Amino acid sequence: MKQSLFQITENVHLTENVMRMRLKGDTNAITASGQFINIKLDGLFLRRPISVCDCEGDTVTIIYKVVGKGTEQMSKMSSGTLDILTGLGNGYDTSLSGEKPLLIGGGVGVPPMYLLAKKLIGEGKDVSVILGFNTKNEVFYEEEFKALGCKVGVTTVDGSHGTKGFVTALMENTDYTYTFCCGPEPMLKAVFNTSKTSGQYSFEERMGCGFGACMGCSCKTVTGYKRICKEGPVLCKEEILW
Amino acid sequence: MVNTKVDLCGITLDNPIIPASGTFGFGYEFAELYDINILGTFSFKGTTKEPRFGNPTPRIAECSSGMINAVGLQNPGVEKVISEELPKLKKCFDKKVMANVSGFSVDEYAYTCEKLDKCEQVGWLEVNISCPNVHGGGMSFGTDPEAAYEVTKAVKSVTKKPVILKLSPNVTDIVAIAKACEKGGADGISLINTMLGMRIDLNRKKPIIANKMGGFSGKAIFPVAVRMVYQVSSAVDVPVIGMGGVSCADDVIEMMLAGATAVEVGAQNLVDPFACKTIIEELPKAMEKYRIENLKDIIGAAHNG
Repeated sequence: MKQSLFQITENVHLTENVMRMRLKGDTNAITASGQFINIKLDGLFLRRPISVCDCEGDTVTIIYKVVGKGTEQMSKMSSGTLDILTGLGNGYDTSLSGEKPLLIGGGVGVPPMYLLAKKLIGEGKDVSVILGFNTKNEVFYEEEFKALGCKVGVTTVDGSHGTKGFVTALMENTDYTYTFCCGPEPMLKAVFNTSKTSGQYSFEERMGCGFGACMGCSCKTVTGYKRICKEGPVLCKEEILW
Repeated sequence: MVNTKVDLCGITLDNPIIPASGTFGFGYEFAELYDINILGTFSFKGTTKEPRFGNPTPRIAECSSGMINAVGLQNPGVEKVISEELPKLKKCFDKKVMANVSGFSVDEYAYTCEKLDKCEQVGWLEVNISCPNVHGGGMSFGTDPEAAYEVTKAVKSVTKKPVILKLSPNVTDIVAIAKACEKGGADGISLINTMLGMRIDLNRKKPIIANKMGGFSGKAIFPVAVRMVYQVSSAVDVPVIGMGGVSCADDVIEMMLAGATAVEVGAQNLVDPFACKTIIEELPKAMEKYRIENLKDIIGAAHNG
């Protein structure tokens, strides 16, 4: 973990209420996809944990949905610096993926899949991606995943874009050796039950500190109590207790 | 050259800064960030006889200038604290640590304290009779003078280490509780633990915290803490540790003027992991600014005249 100041270099809308922010600073503590950063915002007590979408050189990309006071404040920033804790959480372990990993992201669970896909492509893997959204207007990053060289399928609940239904609708016809998943808990559970392989699932929880000190985000697993912020947010399929 | 040393129940602290229990784990997470030997000491995660998972999540809610937590004393139990956590701590902390103890009966408090009494690393026992997040224990001992007296007496009978009773602000008369602890043989009093609070999610129309209520802490509670430290320190003869919303060197000085011998820093560690390091570095400058040479000379100075 590292605490440092980052310069905002970009903050743009991807959809009506999903935004992408690029930040320039010391990225050395970010060692894996699936990790998160914790952002201090003026006038708010707790930091805001946001997953890392991409990390290249001295630039971190995050994608966030404007839902509360913190993200609303972030949405209005076009420049300036932010006090950020980086390198938080365990992140995804790509060594277990096999040759044909399947990456599944739902809504704002999509962003961490981007850096993961990039790493897996870099390792020469044959990467399939399923992105799930509610409706056409909420879809983002379909082209970006294709540009990485992934096979990309998109589902929308209302069928306005891609396949109608949930992400699980596309799983059956996909050939895969391993499953990586990030999204709302009902989706994680559905993928968990549908997936025929082992995998890694990323969880979220309301956090106090984000670095393991307060025990605010603990969960029970097969292998004991874990802190989502420290031993998580990524849990292996075999250790998840629903 | 200013002097930041204070004496806490017969043990000299290089400075009065003590990270509060539950905000500093067992120290080693922070030891990755800075040398934690610069601290006066720290109070480790509240420990009980048996291992505890604590409350269901969500356990955390944001507030204006503060937060609510309802962790519910998650800890590995005293056996593992002694066999696993303390040896790990030894590698990064040379000083005496403050052991924070909680329980659900007088016997449980005594059991855990007796175990920790044997640990050479432990300098003080901070007995938490004020946790608002567990049912049938914790705070119920800290809201009744008779029960507070009984716990204090039982713990004192099993240890020679200084015993500090950590009090709840969720009472009508905190002085009565403090005096009961002193009568029971307490060597010190620490206060305040968190204040009972609640936040409600407007979308879900339900409390944010799964346990519904939780402990409110952070900058917002500082004036309440200063008031209670002032009241208690003028009513008891044993040293008082002040805590509650402390976030900077000025707050430390204010707490000490109110009567605190040492000062614990809690929620601020969670939003700024370097909070205690920064406070320790800024303390000498703040002392010069307020023309303080010996920090211990200002303890309770606000009571004079």
